[in-house]
Amino acid sequence: MSSTAIEINSKRGTWGGGNEPLKASYGKLMMWFFLLSDIFTFAAFLITYGAIRVSYPAFEGPVHDFVSSNEYWPIPEMIFNAVPFLHGVHAPLVFVGIMTFILIMSSVTMVLAVEAGHRNDRQDVVKWMLWTMLGGITFLSCQAWEWSHFIHGTDAGTMMTYVNTFGETVKEVVFGANLHVNEYGPAPFAQLFFFITGFHGFHVTIGVVLLFLAFYQAAVGIYERRGHYEMIEKIGLYWHFVDLVWVFVFTFYYLV
Amino acid sequence: MSLHENNSTLEVLPRNKEKIKKIWKTALILLVITSVEFLLAFTMERGMLLFAIFIGLTLVKAAYIMMEFMHLKDESKTLFWSIMLPLIFLVWLLIALSKEGADIFMYRW
Repeated sequence: MSSTAIEINSKRGTWGGGNEPLKASYGKLMMWFFLLSDIFTFAAFLITYGAIRVSYPAFEGPVHDFVSSNEYWPIPEMIFNAVPFLHGVHAPLVFVGIMTFILIMSSVTMVLAVEAGHRNDRQDVVKWMLWTMLGGITFLSCQAWEWSHFIHGTDAGTMMTYVNTFGETVKEVVFGANLHVNEYGPAPFAQLFFFITGFHGFHVTIGVVLLFLAFYQAAVGIYERRGHYEMIEKIGLYWHFVDLVWVFVFTFYYLV
Repeated sequence: MSLHENNSTLEVLPRNKEKIKKIWKTALILLVITSVEFLLAFTMERGMLLFAIFIGLTLVKAAYIMMEFMHLKDESKTLFWSIMLPLIFLVWLLIALSKEGADIFMYRW
């Protein structure tokens, strides 16, 4: 019976084992299926945003007359209009546009690193991984500023009537945002902002850690000794996914 | 300077000019689409038409990222569809929750 294995091997079908029916390695397949499950998580978040949004009235009237109130859902371009170092300047969506640009560029340098990996070019891999990491860290810093501004709020704040944490109805000027009340609109507006961009930022943070690991391992020659740069490809898939999610967050949270 | 020593055991292939050019072309398309979205946000009236355009352009961007950057179109057909087909469930989630949201609106206001 010692030769059975070899004999069966030749008769095995596509799904009989001993080969790669999907023509991709185990690691790459699992990364794809993990990303599929992650797509569901983010989609659930964004669709929930849509559902909660349509359950509130929209602001009636021209955009430039918009004033914040917890009676209706805010117009995002009137809320996200601040840029670092330009205090008090109304620059709608400019900062988030810059963030989108940074993330797309880091996705480009990532795909260049993957291309270099296919050619076994260590120097190019290390160079592009470094650029990608830089893009990721810059994006995270931008998001930190964005959050800080969102939490601290504008100079004027908004006069609001709401139920505070002690269950009392109060009328006062609200500054910034927390999970309970925010000066921009109904409470779920800030809650969803924190959850959706926070969960995305968490993914970017993990991504930067993975990028650093891959960068380090490529630089010291671990992949060269291993004989292939597939790890760069797998981490690349994850990084592009982070970019993919941002494309949707940008549209659904900032544009629509 | 250790990075510059070429003590490679693997054969380093020359840069694939065509592939790299295609990557930059995809990047340009993504950036142009984003700029168009940005421009439309301030020139068009807010409403269903604008939102439909935004969602359409977003799907185009998503397709470029998945097909060109993640190389999904180069994978085997089975892998391609085992990723794409489950996404149909999301259409259902979208329809179900949109109705739910609209109903809550009717109930509240």
